[in-house]
Amino acid sequence: MPITLTRFFQHVTSWCWLFSNTLYWAFVSPFHGKKMRVNDLFRQMTLIGVRSLLIVFLVMFFMGLVLAMQSADTLEKVGGLSMVGGLVAAAVMREIGPMLTAIVLAGRCGAAITAELGTMRVAEELDALETMGLNPVHFLIVPRVLGMVIMAPCLTILGVFMAMYGGCLISVLFLDQDAFHYWQKSFEMLKLKDVYSGMIKSVAFGTLVSNIACYFGFIVEGGAEGVGKSTTQSVVTSIVMIIACDCVLTAFFYFI
Amino acid sequence: MTAPAPTSAETQPKSGPIGADDVIVVEDVVKIYDGRRVLDGLNFRVKRGEILVIMGGSGCGKSTLLRQLIGLQQPEQGRIWIDGSEITRLTEEAFINVRRRFGVLFQSGALFNSMTVGDNVALPIREHYPNQPDMTVDIMVKMKLSLVGMTQFAHLKPAEISGGMKKRAALARALALDPKLLFCDEPTAGLDPTRVTEFDELTLKLCRELGVTAVVVTHDMTSAFRIGTRMILLNKGKIWAVGTPDEIRAHPDPGVKRFINGDPESEVRQDADSYLQDILGESQ
Repeated sequence: MPITLTRFFQHVTSWCWLFSNTLYWAFVSPFHGKKMRVNDLFRQMTLIGVRSLLIVFLVMFFMGLVLAMQSADTLEKVGGLSMVGGLVAAAVMREIGPMLTAIVLAGRCGAAITAELGTMRVAEELDALETMGLNPVHFLIVPRVLGMVIMAPCLTILGVFMAMYGGCLISVLFLDQDAFHYWQKSFEMLKLKDVYSGMIKSVAFGTLVSNIACYFGFIVEGGAEGVGKSTTQSVVTSIVMIIACDCVLTAFFYFI
Repeated sequence: MTAPAPTSAETQPKSGPIGADDVIVVEDVVKIYDGRRVLDGLNFRVKRGEILVIMGGSGCGKSTLLRQLIGLQQPEQGRIWIDGSEITRLTEEAFINVRRRFGVLFQSGALFNSMTVGDNVALPIREHYPNQPDMTVDIMVKMKLSLVGMTQFAHLKPAEISGGMKKRAALARALALDPKLLFCDEPTAGLDPTRVTEFDELTLKLCRELGVTAVVVTHDMTSAFRIGTRMILLNKGKIWAVGTPDEIRAHPDPGVKRFINGDPESEVRQDADSYLQDILGESQ
């Protein structure tokens, strides 16, 4: 048990060191003449954002269908079927949208980042970067982290609309609701706080997922087996941290 | 945050001042892994123009020594000077200036798979000289690739070329910033004998023509004796033998002789009876 605890704290310390280094290279070093690698950033934004769009759309659409069906079942009993749209909107904007998008990003992009960096570690490419005088954090981590931090809220917003559209389909096709009425009720029930808390959550989740993925990629040891092990650890840790962080942020915005 | 700049007296090795010809000075270097001294008080110097070959069996510490020399790891004790700068005390920022003066050829080549061969060679040039126009960088890349006979493969990705070509492309990248010092980790590992000879001749030619000092880590004896002007043989983290190839060949230690001839350390067991006798003792 003490060894496990020691290793846990070693991981936490190393992760904090890598995170602070990432913050330095992303926001401080550009003012000291170290240019941001803009081309790499756009490439990562495409890989993380554009290529995840379809899967985020699909997941959120189905989630919208499920939420509408579940809420309709309960709301029908109290005569509140017209509230389905508002309930779906509030639920996906506040909670489910940011969290589900982040989980999709952890599984799709976080795993890819860990595997890519891990393979680079095994193939001595990270060592080669260092010996060329190039900082791996500046060169590899900053574009990936910024790419995910920028694209996570964009994907979340689009995913939220997709979930609301799914809810709309259920309402119109099976609950005899009017589409205009559905959207009107949805936007009526959404508060500004729901939108900004959802966006803050998605930025926080994007930061967590990308940093965890990069960290586990950097610490890979032992060849192909190590890459596989680290990738699994990266996804599992990301999902646990997303839910833990969600709990803290929800308490901050809606409970305290 | 930054360490105070050492005084000139502090930056001289105990074994005497760094001469104009000393490119690398290693003093009392100790590296410990899990309580085991992988490098145990190493001392040596590398003169300008030399090709120093570091040899030794698996796990003797030669790759660990190379990682200390190129600054990927810090020794627990001891000091290392590269081209007059004590790298064991330098800040990361200051070390970048030293890194520009040496190139490293890794065992696997360590080319970036997402880039073409040409972009791999261009990378250090673009990063260290960002104001160079693209045309100048292209010319420099072509020059470096022509040194290793790879000009026509500049547009290919590393996955599309053979192992020997990868090594040559990696050598071109190591030479991209015109270093005066070249470190090679097992440069001929995984190559067939013809390619080994070709690669050795290429290394010799480049070192001679470009005036590069080289430190080569290898356990390929033929290659080591072909390219080395001086040799160090490591054993259990210590220097076992040092000298020119002729001196190493004539070394009196039977262990050294056995190693360079590739003889096994003990007699190969001939039959099952003697094997059983060994493990069960005389009672058998």
